[in-house]
Amino acid sequence: MEHIRTPKVENVRLVDRISSKKAALGTLYLTATHVIFVETAPDTRKETWGHVHLICLLTLNTDDLDIIRERQRNSQRLKYEELYCFSFNPKLDREEREQGWMLVNLSEEYKRMGLPNDYWQLSDVNREYRVCDSYPTELYVPKSATAHIIVGSSKFRSRRRFPALSYYCKDNHASICRSSQPLSGFSARCLEDEQMLQAIRKANPGSDFLYVVDTRPKLNAMANRAAGKGYENEDNYSNIKFQFIGIENIHVMRNSLQKMLEVVDENIENVSVLGFFPEIVLIEKDWISFGHKFTHRYGNLDGDPREISPVIDQFLECVWQLMEQFPCAFEFNERFLIHIQHHIYSCQFGNFLCNSQKERQELKIQERTYSLWAHLWKNRVDYLNPLFRADHSQTRGVLHLPTAPCNFMYKYVNLWDLTGCGYALDSGTVYHMEAEGFWNGMYNRFEKGLQPRQSVTDYLVAVKEETQQLEEELEALEERLEKIQKVQLNRTKVRSKQSEPSKHSGFSTSDNSSANTPQDYSGNVKSFPSRSPSQGDEDSALILTQDNLKSSDPDLSANSDQESGVEDLSCRSPSGGECVPSEDSGKDRDSDEAVFLTA
Amino acid sequence: MEFAELIRTGQAQAELLRGPEEPPLRGTLCITGHHLMLSPGPQATPDLWLLLLRNVDSIEKRVAGDSGTITLRCKDLRVLQLDIEGVEATLDIARSIEALSSLESVITSFPFFYRPKGLRLGDAWHFHPPECYYKRVARETNAWRLSEANEDFSLCPSYPRAVIVPRAVDDSALARSARFRQGGRFPVLSYYHAPSGTVLLRAGQPLTGPQKRRCSEDEDLLRAVLAGARPGARGVIVDTRSPQAAKQARMTGGGTEAKAAYPGWKRLHRPLETGRPLQESFVRLVEACGDLEQSMDRWLNRLESCRWLSHVKETLSTACLAAQSMEQEGACVLVHGAEGTDSTLLITSLAQLILDPLSRTMAGFQELIEREWIQAGHPFQLRCAHSAFSHARPKHEAPTFLLFLDCVWQLGRQFPLSLEFGEGMLLALFDHAYASPFGTFLCNNEKERCLCEVRTRTHSLWSGLSQPKEQRKLRNPLYVPNPLAIWPSAEPQSLRLWQGLFLRGTRPPEPSEVAWEKVWQIVTDQEKTEGSQPTDSASEAGP
Repeated sequence: MEHIRTPKVENVRLVDRISSKKAALGTLYLTATHVIFVETAPDTRKETWGHVHLICLLTLNTDDLDIIRERQRNSQRLKYEELYCFSFNPKLDREEREQGWMLVNLSEEYKRMGLPNDYWQLSDVNREYRVCDSYPTELYVPKSATAHIIVGSSKFRSRRRFPALSYYCKDNHASICRSSQPLSGFSARCLEDEQMLQAIRKANPGSDFLYVVDTRPKLNAMANRAAGKGYENEDNYSNIKFQFIGIENIHVMRNSLQKMLEVVDENIENVSVLGFFPEIVLIEKDWISFGHKFTHRYGNLDGDPREISPVIDQFLECVWQLMEQFPCAFEFNERFLIHIQHHIYSCQFGNFLCNSQKERQELKIQERTYSLWAHLWKNRVDYLNPLFRADHSQTRGVLHLPTAPCNFMYKYVNLWDLTGCGYALDSGTVYHMEAEGFWNGMYNRFEKGLQPRQSVTDYLVAVKEETQQLEEELEALEERLEKIQKVQLNRTKVRSKQSEPSKHSGFSTSDNSSANTPQDYSGNVKSFPSRSPSQGDEDSALILTQDNLKSSDPDLSANSDQESGVEDLSCRSPSGGECVPSEDSGKDRDSDEAVFLTA
Repeated sequence: MEFAELIRTGQAQAELLRGPEEPPLRGTLCITGHHLMLSPGPQATPDLWLLLLRNVDSIEKRVAGDSGTITLRCKDLRVLQLDIEGVEATLDIARSIEALSSLESVITSFPFFYRPKGLRLGDAWHFHPPECYYKRVARETNAWRLSEANEDFSLCPSYPRAVIVPRAVDDSALARSARFRQGGRFPVLSYYHAPSGTVLLRAGQPLTGPQKRRCSEDEDLLRAVLAGARPGARGVIVDTRSPQAAKQARMTGGGTEAKAAYPGWKRLHRPLETGRPLQESFVRLVEACGDLEQSMDRWLNRLESCRWLSHVKETLSTACLAAQSMEQEGACVLVHGAEGTDSTLLITSLAQLILDPLSRTMAGFQELIEREWIQAGHPFQLRCAHSAFSHARPKHEAPTFLLFLDCVWQLGRQFPLSLEFGEGMLLALFDHAYASPFGTFLCNNEKERCLCEVRTRTHSLWSGLSQPKEQRKLRNPLYVPNPLAIWPSAEPQSLRLWQGLFLRGTRPPEPSEVAWEKVWQIVTDQEKTEGSQPTDSASEAGP
């Protein structure tokens, strides 16, 4: 609280970048964890909530510079304890909290893969994080790899991240292992490391080769040699095949997906793969069921949040690309990914805190914060993909997807219309998605004018629910009918009360009004007003996020997010059906005038 | 003319590759006057594979050893590969396909021979005559009348016999106005927007020429339009050319409405690309989509430099502008470019989809296409002579209609519940516009269609599409009638490449088909449960 100098600013304008609607006037409140904007319009008093961690740029049309300074201080917290998750309390008792953390169980996940078996065993070499502090304690290594080999190998690897199992395919014994780069320099060798790779190769009886995949561009790896690091020399390791796949950064990440899949394909054909950045290697078929997917990553999240965040986004984005191409293969929907991404930055749950399992244990994260998975699980209905087909071939096997560039989704951005998309990290840095920020649902999720105005997913889920409801009613009615007939047989006159089945009246008549605000079509001039001069060269403007969160429930509830689509469900109440008059009539004066002005 | 002269070889053994993930088909290849056929051997499935020769856009042949390969690039953007036994046979077949696929005569085209079972000739032709639409308008307003001044196509060869014009203007004034407009396309009613009482009109450019000629009948006509709407109504003229292009057109006898001559009308210029540049954009986009070896940067570059999505954006925002002027400002809108048969129709038809809930239904959409494209004189024969693969020098080809379909697809993507038809319908329309067994898209205008007796001698696409077995493919299971206008976002971020069309040759269709099937299943499940509600009436009626 000592950071907050001005808790309240009046006469603040909240500006929507896309729609030509007038900016709302209101009051801005600053709390330790949120920025709250309350409209002054007497009848609405609409509230907009924003996590301080999510805010990167606040443009204020007041002279009050204090607030900006405070905000910056606020979002750059130095100690973990100051983070929101330590004060966030969803009013669960201790047991529920523990259950939440138990939801994702690493050893269960290994069991699902069919481990341990004849080739792989659980190793306790990393007990108390003695070998590698960024690895979890529970690790699988080849049976033939002794503790001596592992320790030796770890000394030869950057940050002591020795090769360990990431994924095991029980159908063909192929596996994916991960490690960091070897400290080979120009000529150094390590016998134990060579033995380690041999052991991994032998753990797959079906293959004579081990593919070593370096996710860096070759040039970077070569440069690293000068710093005493580098890559495996094929001459020193027998029977390995070395490949660079050059994943550079988020801008070329579509390539990374493409290359990853090539590697995975090869992997399926009886090869073992060794990768450097585990997060990326895990871009894989981990979609099987809710809650299981993040086991690996859960154990592996490492690195400074600033270093890792784009990588996680990259992973989520890749999953989204897969979902686009295989609409029936995933049990979860787009909103699930978006909410995970949101919470990586929101610091509301403890899952994504810290750099390693070790640190998390030291901080007692599990006792002091709540688990996101439990939260998501609780609201799982909102995250289900209605098209998911557990029985289908698409779902069963490997997704073989075409990786030619044109298969991936983009939107097209004209050079003159680069709006850019300000993107917030909790450190306050602005991360920029430029020209080809293409996952609209994600990167433009707060630009409501750009969204598809109606959500197919919500509609289908609602239809499914209604089907189920109707079926239940049908059953109940049939039961009653039977009873009534019996009663009639007894010649007793019974007057039965009618319980009308809920009539669903037009799904989307009322809510379409919100979708029906015409925009400014009259010219290419952006209606978004000036950027504040002090932020002149930073080409971004994410103002406030998160509309309509209720003050009592600051978490990102599903309902609030549906705002961005059209609230299809809201109108499905039995009483619904009357058509709320479209709010556009007479509103868009600005654009109307513009039409004539350009003439 | 005898087709037999053009067929050099009766048949050959061949293997057909139809695209990614489709198993190859082996069998005997035959050529008939209109088709390429592959009949699998007796042991295989009895299914005959059939390709309309008119669908072939370009053909490439290669011979090696004692066999040859023919690559057929179709107008519907599919690519087929035929491996044929025998060098001679390969060359003969290639030559036959080349000759037969480039026949230009309309009356020997396949629709004149196509006689499917279950359809009667002439069934659905009078489905949507202008008289039909006039009835709708007349229910709302008395200010318009149906004129048969164009009965013999003498006023305007590209208009239908009957058009809807202001009641206050007589036929002789129409004739004079027609002489003042390019192609005789005097301003006619395209859409009446009942809630605001405004109208959407279309025309050809006025022939003002360098002397800035005027035509009082034409001015009267537009004045009558405003007077018929409501006192003090204003009008907006949307010119689909840039101000410079409109000015330049004066040198060649065209031009645009002078402000002084048309009081109450404001002119807006919204340049839309037509003709050659649009065709080139299409060709370059398809080329880029077919290249599977390129890098991400290269692909994005090509996608950008072909400018197709820019065209989509411009078209959508211009249509929105026209619709907004009508609904929000209560202004009457007149749209024209130069000839008034391309970009003009794009704008008028899209504006109607945005404003008119009826045109978003299955029947309404078909009516819209019939009225605003076919009878409004979009020269399909010229524009759709070749698709994106042809090596021939483009003359009059332009994918204007495809651009319309793409815009409708974008609308459907932004409002997935508001269109009664699905992507399948748009794909079918694209296919049939370029090559079809039906007569609907034949010829360039009503006059030609009458001369060729298209109406009585061919089947209508609309009756073909109304077959029950087609419905699952064409309809949108999610449709819920939406009585409001749908305002799409024309921001670049909101527009997407229409993958279902442009990637149909390179991407396996299976995953999306499965998803579509699943959507249908969810929706029909619900309908079934709803339908099986027992009624309590039986018990009520009891003793």
